[in-house]
Amino acid sequence: MRLLLATLIALPVAGTALAQNDCAAGLTLEDGTLTVATGNPAYFPWVIDDAPESKQGFEAAVAYAVANAMGFSDDQVTWVRSSFDEAIQPGAKNFDFNLQQYSITPERDEIVDFSAPYYSAAMAVLTRQGVVDGGAAPTLEGLKGLLWGADANTTAVPMLTEIVAPEKAPLLYGDNADVVEAMKANQIDAALFDLPTALYLAAVVLDDGVVLGQFPAERSEAPDQFGLLFEEGNPLKACADAALDKLRSDGTLAAIETEWLSQTTGVPVIE
Amino acid sequence: MLTRRQQYEARVRRRAMLVAGGSTLAVLLAIVVLVPFAPGWPAVKKSFFNAEVFADTFPGLLNAFLLDVAIFAWSAPMIFALGLVVALMRDVRAPAAYPVRLFAIVYTDIFRGVPVILVIYLVGFGIPGLGLPRPWNSPYVWGTVALVLTYAAYVAEVFRTGIEGIHASQRSAAASLGLTEADTMRFVILPQAIRKVVPANMNLFIALQKDVALLSFIGPVEIFRQAGVYKSLMANFTPYVGAALIFLAITVPATRFADYLLAKQMKARS
Amino acid sequence: MARLEARGLVKSFGATTVCRGIDLEVADGEMVCLIGASGSGKSTLLRCLNLLEPIDDGVILLDGEDISVPGLDPLPVRRRIGMVFQTYNLFPHMTAAENAMLAPRRARGVTREEIGPEVAALFERFGLADRMGHYPDQLSGGQQQRVAIVRALAMRPEIMLFDEITSALDPELVGEVLDALRDLRADGMTMVLATHEMGFARELADKVCFLDGGRILEEGPPGEVFASPREDRTRAFLRRVLQAG
Repeated sequence: MRLLLATLIALPVAGTALAQNDCAAGLTLEDGTLTVATGNPAYFPWVIDDAPESKQGFEAAVAYAVANAMGFSDDQVTWVRSSFDEAIQPGAKNFDFNLQQYSITPERDEIVDFSAPYYSAAMAVLTRQGVVDGGAAPTLEGLKGLLWGADANTTAVPMLTEIVAPEKAPLLYGDNADVVEAMKANQIDAALFDLPTALYLAAVVLDDGVVLGQFPAERSEAPDQFGLLFEEGNPLKACADAALDKLRSDGTLAAIETEWLSQTTGVPVIE
Repeated sequence: MLTRRQQYEARVRRRAMLVAGGSTLAVLLAIVVLVPFAPGWPAVKKSFFNAEVFADTFPGLLNAFLLDVAIFAWSAPMIFALGLVVALMRDVRAPAAYPVRLFAIVYTDIFRGVPVILVIYLVGFGIPGLGLPRPWNSPYVWGTVALVLTYAAYVAEVFRTGIEGIHASQRSAAASLGLTEADTMRFVILPQAIRKVVPANMNLFIALQKDVALLSFIGPVEIFRQAGVYKSLMANFTPYVGAALIFLAITVPATRFADYLLAKQMKARS
Repeated sequence: MARLEARGLVKSFGATTVCRGIDLEVADGEMVCLIGASGSGKSTLLRCLNLLEPIDDGVILLDGEDISVPGLDPLPVRRRIGMVFQTYNLFPHMTAAENAMLAPRRARGVTREEIGPEVAALFERFGLADRMGHYPDQLSGGQQQRVAIVRALAMRPEIMLFDEITSALDPELVGEVLDALRDLRADGMTMVLATHEMGFARELADKVCFLDGGRILEEGPPGEVFASPREDRTRAFLRRVLQAG
């Protein structure tokens, strides 16, 4: 019902974009439809209430903006779900592009294709009030002594080992929910997430969650940037890159970021 | 000089080996030659059988496997001991000890009935969540507890089968000598029962060696998790293939050894 | 007074009554042979006498003392009455010597060193001196059965029960086991045997009891029972086994 309603409202707005841009013509899985994949479940604030078709949430909004710029109306966008492993396994994909905070890395780029980045993510330290009370400070020195955890499937792992270099071996988990569970069980002091995710977990999931600090997004070495993920060699990538270029230059991307990720300001930066 | 019969049998054996060798070779060749013709083969090869990724990650995987071995090494004796205790609890016949028996029955039913991974999650996150202080909330401690609880239930059943499989005449002989029930169990029944179920227990412990990897779900970075990290960083599944090879290097010889013991036992019994 | 005595002994397994009121007296130093067809109740009677099976009715007296009181601890009684089984029932995971030493060590709390010479003497006596370190599966049936006798004797029993101990043996091995029994007989051991060895019973028994359908149908000195049985059924049984033997 909500999907239908959203589609009806969106129709007249999107109608104009239809004929302008045909760079995607014949390149999608299904003609006239853009199939977009996200995580299962998709987390706040990237997708609100795990309902990307509502366009609520940063990545949901980016997906629709990119789709529109590529010449698709909102009702020509269909959503599918995929895990990280499904996204990188060889063989035909069931999506045109996939977005779920995929950090662009050279190694991944050999197996799949990434669009130009749509967001530069700062990595942030999620911890609990008890740990802060215990004297944890947002300095590299202070972080080394903590017991760390992270989601094993993310670029938080190399960041952790290379930048924080904790004294005790970190514990790694299969997804965000397990990291939080370990934190609740006091098995880890702190965990590394991208900043918006860390803020969400601190505010909503953990009773006494605190975002201790963030690592600057534009670190000179290896900035963590999210890109749309395509099957290796998918020609649609060029069309999506052009769309992202346009969205960046006309300020749309910045506006979406302000709308959904505005709380990210005000978190202390770890030097 | 061979008898006519021996000559005949040698000829038959030679032919059988030729046929077996030939057909095995043909199947292998078909796989090696034909699979690369599959349209997706280059992509699969790059993702699953990438020599470069393999070489980069194999030492790290081997190192992570040490944790699997360590967890196995400290879990196995506890599983053996608890399994034995539970099996003995089920053998208690005194009416006053009925609750003990009932407990053992309920225990084995529950832990054989629930998937290991659920026990690991529930025990590994749930019990520390009650507010235990460090280091008593460690996932190593409670993950081990989960493995021990689950596997001891299976091992207990194996021991019980072994105990019940010892012929009643052994108990009669022990009783006629005036041995107490406890002594009969300790000196007569158990030593025979334990020996008898060595192959069955070997198979369980081989399964345990593989299930140790499930502890990765609650944090420890053992080989499966380390392979997952590599997979994520390199967007390549080759580390999983490497991990599988490491597991096989341990489990195949162990399985063969268990089969050998079983065959030996069957022969001794017949 | 009888060393061992059963009065009106009744034993059932479920709906099947195996012993239907057996009266038996065994005097000190006496050798009593129980004969009868399979299923006549000989083995069950022996198991009852050793308290391996609780009896349903009647009493069993050991030196005049009722040992069949329900709830009585059977261990002290079993330690005074040794038993040897048809199928030897040696402990297969122990050497012959360990088989013999286990019960004395546990029951009397003696060490291997303390019991060693006595056990070695028993092995020597029954011609097994060089078999002490062997496992049961390395021994012949006759040797195993002799080890089983040694094992029972190591408990220094006052009475010995033998349950068809030659029935599972190859014919050429029967003699060595019967010789062991002769040895015990000469030593004055009080013994009760269930046996099919009629010649042996005739030669050595003080008393022969013929069991039929869970009762002692006829008993007396072997000369009487074998030479001129009173009962038709005894006659029929003896004719059968003697023909077969």
